[in-house]
Amino acid sequence: MSEPVLATHGLCKRFGALSATDNVSIDLQPGEIHAVIGPNGAGKSTLIAQICGGLRPDAGRVELLGRDVSQLNTKARAQQGLGRTFQISALAMEDTVLENAILGAIGAAGRPWRFWRPVLKDTDLRERAMAALERVDLTEHAGKRTADLSHGQRRQLEVAVALTLSPKVFVMDEPMAGLGAEGSKQMTSFLDGLRREAPILLVEHDMDAVFALADRITVLVYGRVIATGSVKDIRQSAAVKEAYLGESA
Amino acid sequence: MTTLLFIEQILNGLQFGVMLFLMAAGLTLIFGVMGLINLAHGSLYMVGAFAAAAVAGATGSFLLALAAALAAAAVAGALVEITVIRRLYGKAHLDQVLATFALILIFSEGTRWIFGSFPLFLDIPDYLSGPVSLPGGIKYPLYRLALILIGLLVAAGLWWLTARTRIGIQIRAGENDREMIAALGVNISALYTLVFALGAALAGLAGALVGAIQSVQVGMGEPVLILAFVVIVIGGIGSIKGAFIGAILVGLTDTLGGIFLPELFKIFMESGAATQTGSALASMAVYILMGVVLIWRPTGLFGARA
Amino acid sequence: MIAERWINGTVIAGILAVLAYAILADEPFTITLLTRVTILALAAVGLNIALGIGGLVSLGHAAFFGLGGYAMGILASHAQTFTPLDLGLFTLPGTKSMPVIWLVAVIISALAAWIIGLLSLRTTGVYFIMITLAFGQMFFYFSISWSAYGGEDGLSIYVRNGFPGVNTLVPAQFFAVCFVALCLALVLFHRLQASPFGLALNAARQVPERVETVGLNPMRLKLVAFIISGAITGLAGALFADLNRFVSPTMFSWQLSGELIVLIIIGGVGRLMGPVIGACLFVALEHWLGGLTDFWHIWLGVILLVIVLFARGGLIGLLTGKEGAHV
Repeated sequence: MSEPVLATHGLCKRFGALSATDNVSIDLQPGEIHAVIGPNGAGKSTLIAQICGGLRPDAGRVELLGRDVSQLNTKARAQQGLGRTFQISALAMEDTVLENAILGAIGAAGRPWRFWRPVLKDTDLRERAMAALERVDLTEHAGKRTADLSHGQRRQLEVAVALTLSPKVFVMDEPMAGLGAEGSKQMTSFLDGLRREAPILLVEHDMDAVFALADRITVLVYGRVIATGSVKDIRQSAAVKEAYLGESA
Repeated sequence: MTTLLFIEQILNGLQFGVMLFLMAAGLTLIFGVMGLINLAHGSLYMVGAFAAAAVAGATGSFLLALAAALAAAAVAGALVEITVIRRLYGKAHLDQVLATFALILIFSEGTRWIFGSFPLFLDIPDYLSGPVSLPGGIKYPLYRLALILIGLLVAAGLWWLTARTRIGIQIRAGENDREMIAALGVNISALYTLVFALGAALAGLAGALVGAIQSVQVGMGEPVLILAFVVIVIGGIGSIKGAFIGAILVGLTDTLGGIFLPELFKIFMESGAATQTGSALASMAVYILMGVVLIWRPTGLFGARA
Repeated sequence: MIAERWINGTVIAGILAVLAYAILADEPFTITLLTRVTILALAAVGLNIALGIGGLVSLGHAAFFGLGGYAMGILASHAQTFTPLDLGLFTLPGTKSMPVIWLVAVIISALAAWIIGLLSLRTTGVYFIMITLAFGQMFFYFSISWSAYGGEDGLSIYVRNGFPGVNTLVPAQFFAVCFVALCLALVLFHRLQASPFGLALNAARQVPERVETVGLNPMRLKLVAFIISGAITGLAGALFADLNRFVSPTMFSWQLSGELIVLIIIGGVGRLMGPVIGACLFVALEHWLGGLTDFWHIWLGVILLVIVLFARGGLIGLLTGKEGAHV
């Protein structure tokens, strides 16, 4: 195996008596989609928060492109090339679609300290934002207020904002959440192509999408990794069946 | 600088602290349970003081005056909760600030309209006036000592109420999960009115008690309100224990700072400048205390949430 | 529904029309009222940057207003007594020149906003409101106990300060100075709101976690907004002191902080002309209701309650049919 783009080593996080993350070590290889699945309360969100910098682990470390980023905050990790999408769309609802995408472009350029020139007349930022919107088919909605978008379009915008950053790694928290069958299919084929740009750590409940996309799957139960392997391995794993279907299975 | 003076000032600080606690406890309960920032809490303090002064003037009885203060503030609180405050739960903080600011304007000008602009005076009853001798030969005003006792009793009572009674359990449950206790069949809106009226009554009591050592006038509530905010920021929002410890800290800092900082500066400055610098700094002391706590613990000493 | 541009133009034209009337009818008091509107609007434009774009509910902006006022009071009082200002390490001469006073007022308020912002922005929500209120009160008590500059009684300045090429003693000329300052601040607000900084700040108000994940620091954006905001309000304070030729601790009072927020709410939060419309209405109410009854604040309170409970977009929101920024 080559050098992983993203890796966690022995991450632990406890909330009182509850072990939300228990010695989790996973890695993401160039060009792959690595899906993290698990029942509700398995600690997937806590894991993402620790990878992205929102939560400090009690023990263990996070490496991005071979560098230890455990001490960096969310903002610095984003600057190092980590692009994330949220499970519940985190978008500026009062702003237009284009403005949300431009926010990503401002972040990518690292220069929010411009106080005078209208942002919409800045061709660099604008082009970068429009390019990202085009890729998720939102070009015609660029001028719309984000609050007026459909749920599915918001999910697309969520991905577009991450695209403007041209990240080295994507960390996606349930991009299919709330999408209908058709929407999921489109998103699946989009993510399938995206892996060539940057590998994706995909937390997802939609098993059709996971089985269609993932090169590898990690199963998390009660904060612990109980299996990692190819789609085939996971489908056949007794431990996974037990975790999902109960001991009788 | 004698030990006697020092002890006397500590008692003054405690007295100020427990009165701040009466204000801060209501504010912190109301925020903890309903998530509401209530700028008009100082108006309820004023309502208590005016009710007490009016009843004392008419009947001559201090106890009746206190009862009137509690009742007037509680009724005013309940009325305001039902007519206005209720519409603000779950709204943006800005809305809460503005609406309760509007209430201050209405309360203050309404009081001025009824009672006029001149301060009223509330006399300390005979049986509580005069100094009392404490062990060690300290003479201290009996009334201020009574204030400290009342404050401590209320603190103990509040602790008992929240920790040991059924209603207290409902209040604490309301802080954590309002859907849950609604599902358990507790009448949420009655509970909220009750908590608001309780907080108001405490503020009214404080207003009446302090009104007897200061003058009773329009606008008396807001300086106390802002100090009570400092107390809550220090103690942590929603925590009665934090409010108590914060109130004592602020009371002591303010009182001792005002007396001792000018003295301290006299050690290395000439007298006039020392008094000026010392008293100017003393006026900032509690805010500096707040700043230090903030740097150390942004959510206060006992606060869990931001 | 009416376009916001038309409302904005009408307001400016209205102010100038009242000015023209006051000059022709020789009513200096009306010009003074207009100047008061202009200065309060300037202070509120400053607050609108923090509150309207950044979502920072500061209940302590009187601190900056007062600091601007005292910058004027202290510098001018040293100039009128011909005593230099002793700062320990060095001394400064007093001055009666507005541009110099403004510069000092802006720098001092910006510094104060930087320190208060650093401390207050460690927290959010209700804590932020209470802390800014408390810091404002700190300056209030400090000014009362600092007897060298008048303490509770404040400081009087006998002659209004000068501005090169303008006779500031003529009400209309002093108004012109204040009005130009307001227009410049409005242009700044407009550019700021549309700039990359404004977009990022606006997003930091709505979704700080998103701003972080695109590699920006929402707290620093808000801090810079708070500093710019405080500086503009400080400038307004210096002008206000010059209008009254008097500075006192009431410039630091928490009621003033509250009124500045009220101005913005009446007009419309986060809107370019919200503070100006709010200031016009506020001063008009103060003048008109104040003439009818001594207890006009009751009615102000009632109006405010109605706006908060039923008309969240302020007057501009009502006229344009669009809600304002959600803070």
